Amino acid sequence: MSGNDTTTLRWLLKKMRIRNDEQVNLIIFLQLYSLFLQPLTFFFSSEFLETMEDEVILLDFWPSMFGSRVRIALAEKGVKYEYKEEDLVNNKKSDLLLQMNPVHKTIPVLVHNGKPICESSIIVQYIDEVWKDKAPLLPSDPYQRAQAKFWVDYIDKKVNSPGRKTWCTKGEEQEAGKKEFVEIMKTLEEQLGEKPYFGGETFGFVDICLITYYCWFYSYEKFGKFSLEAECPKLIEWAKRCAQKESVFKTLPDEKKVFGFCIEMRKMFGLD
Amino acid sequence: MAEEVKLLKTWSSLFGLRIVWALKLKGIQFDSIDEDLTNKSPLLLQYNPVYKKVPVLVHNGKSISESLVIIEYIDETWKQNPLLSQDPYEKAMARFWAKFGDDKVLSSIWSVFINQGKEQEEALQVAMENLKLLEENLKGKKFFGGEKIGFLDLALGWLANLICVLEELSDIKIIDKERFPLLLGWMQEFSQAPLINESWPPREKLLTKFQIMRENQSL
Repeated sequence: MSGNDTTTLRWLLKKMRIRNDEQVNLIIFLQLYSLFLQPLTFFFSSEFLETMEDEVILLDFWPSMFGSRVRIALAEKGVKYEYKEEDLVNNKKSDLLLQMNPVHKTIPVLVHNGKPICESSIIVQYIDEVWKDKAPLLPSDPYQRAQAKFWVDYIDKKVNSPGRKTWCTKGEEQEAGKKEFVEIMKTLEEQLGEKPYFGGETFGFVDICLITYYCWFYSYEKFGKFSLEAECPKLIEWAKRCAQKESVFKTLPDEKKVFGFCIEMRKMFGLD
Repeated sequence: MAEEVKLLKTWSSLFGLRIVWALKLKGIQFDSIDEDLTNKSPLLLQYNPVYKKVPVLVHNGKSISESLVIIEYIDETWKQNPLLSQDPYEKAMARFWAKFGDDKVLSSIWSVFINQGKEQEEALQVAMENLKLLEENLKGKKFFGGEKIGFLDLALGWLANLICVLEELSDIKIIDKERFPLLLGWMQEFSQAPLINESWPPREKLLTKFQIMRENQSL
């Protein structure tokens, strides 16, 4: 507080009939405040809080098509994060995973400034809503958004189980899995139609949630003995188009590596 | 242009009921069409070709399916009385627990209902564990949505009515006062809330329907 301030303040306090000794106390308090407390209010200002780095951690498992969705979404948004690999082959779930996802104990889990978000499609929507200034993943029109959410829900409900059967089972069960998987892919191909992406002109929510299966197709085809390209050529075209995007090709594991993983798993399950 | 809102459902559909509540809470006029699922109408087949199931919302000729997707659509289209929080984290939590309700709670309670003896006891353990998580969610809150009914209340609303029906038919207490005081409190508040209470399907009809379903399951 400057000398002028103090003079003005004393004049004001005198007008308010505040006693001299109390005036002194008040002035000392105000001087201390302007020296120490007032500068601290900066740390609660939006300028400061915005410059603070977000702490983003992803708990994941490298072959997971669900974890990949989150990685692609983060890459699309240019978000820096710390990647933590869970040792799910040996079923060694970390304390952090059990703490952050006590309900399901599964990956992926996104931990944003200490708060966990679980379930990959929910995480991707969260990422879209938090980092909303770049690369929107969902359209802004409510009807288009509902369509996107519907198809992601369809993918979540339908694709994994038959896909898994093609590499993880034998005989009749495997055949049935293969047939169902192809049918579902055909439905999705029909939904894609002539559009470059499921969302239309731009890569979005539905594309992200389906493309992460692309690196698994090789394994499904090899073990299930079929060709997805022969059954759904337009879908494979779409997949190749998506795979040209940096966020996708830098995220998806190599399909041969995934195949190697399947071989290991089949041995563990006693299938080979 | 006048809004044209149609809801395809059945008289007893739990998922259809969510949409009735959402539309009523928003004060939206709508036409309700009760489907006979043994004889699906051309309208249903046209508007939900993928699953051919109810509920389906048809808004100005455009159809939306899957009840939780429909509720979010309603919330985004008609902004009065918001059902979901604007905060992304709160939204994510509501979505997570709604999914948990559909994926885990509903099936675990159904298992208790259709099984007997040892299998029923095991199913009851699982159901109780799931319900415990919901009970924790209610700490310090009147509704799952806080002070007002929200998205998660509508998603879990089926609990407030169906539980009593199933408990009566299977002679088993699933949600008791000692273990789930908050859940019981919520069930009462929710089921008696205006607009919610007037929409419940007729209880006697529900009892009959579920009794038949139970018998068919054990055949």
